Amino acid sequence: MVILIAEDNAGHFQLIRKNLWLTCVDKDIVQFTNGQDVLDFLFNAQTKGHSSDGKEYVLLLDIRMPKVDGLEVLRKIKADKLLRKIPVIMLTTTSEADMVKQCYELGCSYYVVKPVDYHRFMAAVQNLGAFLSLEAMRVPCVSGGG
Amino acid sequence: MRKDSIVAVCEGNAEHFNVIRRGLFRAGMHNEVVHFSDAGQTLDYLFEMRNGEGTAGESRKCILLLDVGVDRMNGLGALEKIKCDDILSKIPVIILTVVDDVSLIEQCHELGCSTYVVKPAQARAFEDAVRRIGLFLSVVELASIE
Repeated sequence: MVILIAEDNAGHFQLIRKNLWLTCVDKDIVQFTNGQDVLDFLFNAQTKGHSSDGKEYVLLLDIRMPKVDGLEVLRKIKADKLLRKIPVIMLTTTSEADMVKQCYELGCSYYVVKPVDYHRFMAAVQNLGAFLSLEAMRVPCVSGGG
Repeated sequence: MRKDSIVAVCEGNAEHFNVIRRGLFRAGMHNEVVHFSDAGQTLDYLFEMRNGEGTAGESRKCILLLDVGVDRMNGLGALEKIKCDDILSKIPVIILTVVDDVSLIEQCHELGCSTYVVKPAQARAFEDAVRRIGLFLSVVELASIE
């Protein structure tokens, strides 16, 4: 499984990567600093056979990002026949109920609000990492003959 | 996940349900856990919650752990009904099953499950997997079903 992280805040990315690494040492982690790059990666992966070896992805997606925001990324992924199978976990500072609702309506798997407190942030990401590193978890491949 | 959110568990095996309950408790989750032994009862409960009636009480936030192993057609049917409903589709559904089958994994993700977990054969490993799911759920924000 490859963990894709779309996060434009360098400090947040370092915290996420460090704490995921503590629990998901066997997973590859790829960073994107804006929404367009993650879309380019996934749609290219799909059309150019980038993932023909059957890559499994999980996307951690921030909302407020340059070029294309997380909401639009989620909308585009979930509107695509193959990419919609990718589990998308929103990881954001935005806690408004309307945004939570909108993301679930668009098809995110989970919505996690980044805690403001540093230690709580670390603990939250470690819980996420322990979850993603479950041996019993199964994630579908996105290649699908693409 | 706030303390008034409900964990609905559709699990036909009473011993498995006990393991799930212990695992959630060990994760420090003290949310109300409601148990259904078949998909029909689960759907009745969720649609009552959706319509603001029945035994669901005040809380309109919910997560579902769904076993699709024993009664595959009914389990998949329930997942489809939940994910095709404008309102209930916001409920994250975690598949917990003994079936480790690529086509079922694909199918469940295409229908919109949030996570697919194969139940470990050993009770202790199963309980630990549920504990890790519970730890993660404790940092997840849910959308209200209304």
